Amino acid sequence: MTIEARAPPSQFVAKLRRVLGGQAGWGGFALQILFVAALAWIGYEIVANARANLAAQRIASGFGFLSNTAGFGVSQSLIPYSESDTYTRVFFVGLVNTLVVSVIGIFFATLIGFLIGLGRLSPNWLLARIAGGYVELVRNLPLLFQILFWYLAVLAALPNPRQSISLFGSFFLSNRGFGIPKPVGTVGFEPFAIAIVVAIVGALLLRSYARRQLFQNGRLIKIWPYVLGLLIGLPLLATLVFGKPVTFEYPELKGFNFSGGSRIIPEFVALTLALSTYTAAFIAEIVRAGVQSVHKGQMEAGASLGLTRGNTLRLIVVPQALRVILPPLTNQYLNLTKNSSLAVAIGYPDLFSVFAGTTLSQTGQAIEIIAITMGVYFVISLVTSAIMSFYGWRIGRSMGA
Amino acid sequence: MSDLANSAFISKELIAERPAPIKTTGLIGFVRTQLLNSPTNVLLTIASILLLWFTVIPTIRFLLVDAVWQGKDRTACLAENAGHVVGACWPFVQAKFTQFIYGFYPEPERWRVNLTFLLAALLLLPLLIPRLPAKSLNAGLFFIAFPIVAFFLLYGGGIRGFGIAWTEGTLASLANGLVDGGRRLAEATSLPLLSQILYALGTLIGLIGYAAAIVLWPLTFLRSHIQTSGQPVWADFVATTLIVSGVLFFLSGGFRTGWRALIVSLATFACIGLIIAVMGLDRGGLPIVDTRLWGGLLVTLVVSVTGIVTSMPVGIALALGRRSTIPLIRVFSVAFIEFWRGVPLITVLFFATYMLPLFLPGNFTVDGLVRVLIGIALFAGAYNAEVIRGGLQAIPRGQAEAASALGLSYWKTTSLVVMPQALRHVIPGLVNSFIALLKDTSLVSIVALFDLLGQLRASFADPVWSTPTTLFTGFAFTGIMYFVLCFGMSRYSLFVEHRLNAHRRN
Repeated sequence: MTIEARAPPSQFVAKLRRVLGGQAGWGGFALQILFVAALAWIGYEIVANARANLAAQRIASGFGFLSNTAGFGVSQSLIPYSESDTYTRVFFVGLVNTLVVSVIGIFFATLIGFLIGLGRLSPNWLLARIAGGYVELVRNLPLLFQILFWYLAVLAALPNPRQSISLFGSFFLSNRGFGIPKPVGTVGFEPFAIAIVVAIVGALLLRSYARRQLFQNGRLIKIWPYVLGLLIGLPLLATLVFGKPVTFEYPELKGFNFSGGSRIIPEFVALTLALSTYTAAFIAEIVRAGVQSVHKGQMEAGASLGLTRGNTLRLIVVPQALRVILPPLTNQYLNLTKNSSLAVAIGYPDLFSVFAGTTLSQTGQAIEIIAITMGVYFVISLVTSAIMSFYGWRIGRSMGA
Repeated sequence: MSDLANSAFISKELIAERPAPIKTTGLIGFVRTQLLNSPTNVLLTIASILLLWFTVIPTIRFLLVDAVWQGKDRTACLAENAGHVVGACWPFVQAKFTQFIYGFYPEPERWRVNLTFLLAALLLLPLLIPRLPAKSLNAGLFFIAFPIVAFFLLYGGGIRGFGIAWTEGTLASLANGLVDGGRRLAEATSLPLLSQILYALGTLIGLIGYAAAIVLWPLTFLRSHIQTSGQPVWADFVATTLIVSGVLFFLSGGFRTGWRALIVSLATFACIGLIIAVMGLDRGGLPIVDTRLWGGLLVTLVVSVTGIVTSMPVGIALALGRRSTIPLIRVFSVAFIEFWRGVPLITVLFFATYMLPLFLPGNFTVDGLVRVLIGIALFAGAYNAEVIRGGLQAIPRGQAEAASALGLSYWKTTSLVVMPQALRHVIPGLVNSFIALLKDTSLVSIVALFDLLGQLRASFADPVWSTPTTLFTGFAFTGIMYFVLCFGMSRYSLFVEHRLNAHRRN
């Protein structure tokens, strides 16, 4: 008696099974079909209901409203805007305002966050406790609460323009905002700008040369005096040769308000303050965790190789800490950008406030407007995380990992 | 031997005493080593002391020393009447206190809110103390029984039927939906190629619907009989009790081993019956308080607790979906999570407030608070999913493999072996996202719900209390409340973390 060899199971069927249903096999495939059917049904219901409801409310669907005239003013716009512009223009005004407040907020949040985070690690007991207290206090209060606090309580308590707090007679702080001198470009402006660009490019080239020397020949070149000289000297030279690049127009008190100069509106000040101090508390914790994650031995090893303390920090400790810090830091940048939508509570004209707020209430086109707004924030999130992961990849590469 | 004393290597005189080492313990030692051990540190210490001097001292002065404690209206908090620089105006908080807690909840009904708070505290406290027993019973009461009781307490209203009526209603509408969908599919003849297939498919689905309706017929019959009896709620309740308890009894082993299940089931139903009787749900229950009247801390807690409870199952489902091997489910979960995490909460709230009503059938309206709750559950669910996924990834593969080697199914492996360990790992992370959720509930004030923060803003508009320090007082009071809640939660999560990591400490 011989046992007949069984035919091997069909590879094609097995592969098909895996592709269609994963490890769960045909059951998984059936589940997928059911799932898709349910999704399709829900989607169909949503579309049908939305159409019926919109027809009942006599709201035209579609994106035609974007070319209609907006007819409302915006208190701050960096691109030219007037009431007779379209809703598309409103959208871009809001988008620019969101980006501006996010970038400035990210800058200050990073600055404050690193200072507080290093403060928490300070050998000075008192300073570490103060930094810890700041983190706990700020993290445990809602952001909206803090925005309203800065806006309603602190900035509103500033004196009116007539009694405004003046700094050097050219900066004025009052409850109407922050008056600053407005730079006006003159003949010397173009050479000055070119000089700055050239200086920056030169500094970057120097830096890459120094890095190549370090990685290939192991020579440590001190470049910062040259970089500093380049960055200060070239623009200075341009100024001396071609004359003053900018003159300033100072704000002046006329009647009950300031005229001339630039005015930073209080909504912007409150929003930036709240966003950056709030996010800084989270960044401080990230920085602390990052620095603590680098083993003490790394510092000691650097010292035993004869590197100075500064070089050990710059070349050994900080890159390793950054590798831990960057991913959560990206998240915080994203959070800050998303949180800037809270501007709607105090009326800073960001994307959400002018578009999903005013435009929505004027046109009633809820579906299109909210979809666009959500989409924009989603894209901003994707782009930011892509940039940050590119940066992280570069750090990883420069460390040879 | 004796020339040891003459050895040149042994000192003949006593070495002079060295000065005692600098003290490094005690208060003086502490100041010396931690505050003043280098010139930089001295500078830092001085700067820190100055910072404290200019922040803490004025705050304390404002809140306590210069504060006005009693008064009827704004005049008490004006500097010329108080006779000194006025700090916090506490009479303002006293006058607005009920609004901060209850919003515009009608005054004679406020005991209901208090009772809900009390019940929540009584159920939550033993749940948080690890040493106390009966955790599963406690958790069941808190997560299943309490929300229902709290709903009827806070909102009011009664019930017109119980299990059977409810089940029959849901299933019948499902069957009707199948029939309706099938009919519409069969009528969709605009696509010439597919129309035959669609017609066949539609007819098939319609037939399934009819079949379901026929299967449901005994239930429908029972329900219509119960409706005509004098006491529909109680008749339905008794029938449901008998059916559910009977099914449980036979499922868990009948006359041999089913007694325990029977007793548990009967006891549960007795408790439910007691609640129905006590709250008079069969007679219309308590008077209805519309959610538009809710406000203050009540709304903050309702939104955050409901968000926490509902976002957990959403998060678990999404986390499992993201790790599933079934392609479409994984793709859907990833897209869902990434989408909700990529947009700000405020757009989600606007989505829930303005878009969700458009997606529902025209005759179907959802309460404003419920809409917000749906949005928050989806949003927080996406965040929780990532936290839970972290926990799932921390569980070694061997655990799941061992479970399947023992012959456990996917669901049993997940629910009995993997998920409990994963959730234990991520309790601190979950508490973090709950803190974030509690803080984020303040955003509902933007979509016209008066939570604690919304109520605070509303109170500033009152001219009776407009003084220079009213704003600061209101912010101080609300800030303290938020801080106590959030800080308490974060301390608790630290405590749990230490407890869970007890084996790792050295």
